[in-house]
Amino acid sequence: MTVKITIGAINKKAGSSKEYKTGGWRTMCPKVDLEKCISCYKCYDYCPDGAIKKIEEGIEYDLDYCKGCGICANECPVKAIVMVKEEK
Amino acid sequence: MGEQKSMTIKGNMATAMGAKLCRPNVIPAYPITPSTLFPEKMSEFVADGELDASMINVESEHSAMSACIGAAATGARVCTASASQGVALMHEMLFIASGMRLPMVMAVGNRALSAPINIWCDHQDTVASKDSGWLQFYAENNQEGLDLMINAFRIGEDKRVLLPVMVGIDAFVLTHTIEGVDVPAQEDVDDFLPPYEPPHGKLDPKEPATFGSFGTPEYYQEFKQAQVEAIEGSRDVIDEVFDEYEEKFGREYNKATPYYCDDAEIVLITMGSMTGTAREAVKKLRKEGKKVGLIKLTVFRPFPSPELKEILSGVKGVAVIDRNISPGAYGAMYSDLAAAYTNEKEKPILKNFITGLGGREIFVKNFEEMYEMTKKAVDTGNLGKPVEWINVNEDVLR
Repeated sequence: MTVKITIGAINKKAGSSKEYKTGGWRTMCPKVDLEKCISCYKCYDYCPDGAIKKIEEGIEYDLDYCKGCGICANECPVKAIVMVKEEK
Repeated sequence: MGEQKSMTIKGNMATAMGAKLCRPNVIPAYPITPSTLFPEKMSEFVADGELDASMINVESEHSAMSACIGAAATGARVCTASASQGVALMHEMLFIASGMRLPMVMAVGNRALSAPINIWCDHQDTVASKDSGWLQFYAENNQEGLDLMINAFRIGEDKRVLLPVMVGIDAFVLTHTIEGVDVPAQEDVDDFLPPYEPPHGKLDPKEPATFGSFGTPEYYQEFKQAQVEAIEGSRDVIDEVFDEYEEKFGREYNKATPYYCDDAEIVLITMGSMTGTAREAVKKLRKEGKKVGLIKLTVFRPFPSPELKEILSGVKGVAVIDRNISPGAYGAMYSDLAAAYTNEKEKPILKNFITGLGGREIFVKNFEEMYEMTKKAVDTGNLGKPVEWINVNEDVLR
């Protein structure tokens, strides 16, 4: 999305940070195996980008904002999350 | 027009009087030698009910500049003062003030940087901030200190500029020296400087906005380009405002002011209070029949390359006298002037002289010496050292 620059970088639109899709920074992408997931939501608690949503079956990623840091995979107690190379 | 009041005051008082006439709303300041009198006087004006402003006492210069930025973002007219280590501690915030395009004025008592610790006159403190995006003016005397403060507010707040401005007055030589100063009447300054209303938005809880927001690689460079266009655009604004000030208050200001340059072969370039001594040297040399002139640089940022080149057209040798040094390179004025001439076919010989650091006196004989060295370089083609140090105390060298 192209936004025109303003004098002094003043942004009058509230909540516009949501428009900046930081998922584009990702090189490694998390994949969750919902068969293994025990819905403990440690990944949800640890995700620094709020890119994990709780769903009935376990979790779901919002890949628009996941930067692929891998903290979720590291914290998962049942190794239900693996990091795989991003395909672009 | 009201009558101008003649006062005998110190340089710090002159910049404080100039600031007061501009009716600042907020004055965040942290006192530091040799600028301490400025916040003291501003506090007095506020305490005595002469000025309706908020004086913010802060715990450091970094906080002073941070408070200036916050206040300026609300649309307030803001001023502060500092020097030396104080300007250095503000360094980070200086770029934020200019990047957020917030006009404000800082009076700087130009002083050397540690180590060794030294409280005397030197231009290194503001020259080290030349790349911060602030406009920089340097005063020759206390009158200029007062006048430049008023001009600085008007120029910085112009819709075509919207940038902060530093006004340098030399440590002690000006800050603590009493001189006669004509102080304009309040109603005339009010007329010259209308209230400030930021055209690009202001910090207001009723209309939330993000200031200095995230600038990703897709945008940052364009922000900087726009900022550079604004400082480039300030060139015409400075001329207009200086002209209007002269018309209204009777005192002439230029980015670069020539003295005896019309038929000069050799020209000295100075900044700040040393200009007065240099002028005496030029008078003396002229009496001896030497074709020498002088340029006083008042505006260092934006660097007035076109004006300097016009004045210097036909001149054979230029002595650029810097009261600062970029270690491993040259003095700042020299670097900028040399760069301005790089692609010119016709150009004078430029010589760089470093002197007056840390309050070292600069005498008439020193300017004569710099004239002679430049003349010799022109006559013999032997250019000498890239950087020449003047008035060196040989006894204390190792």
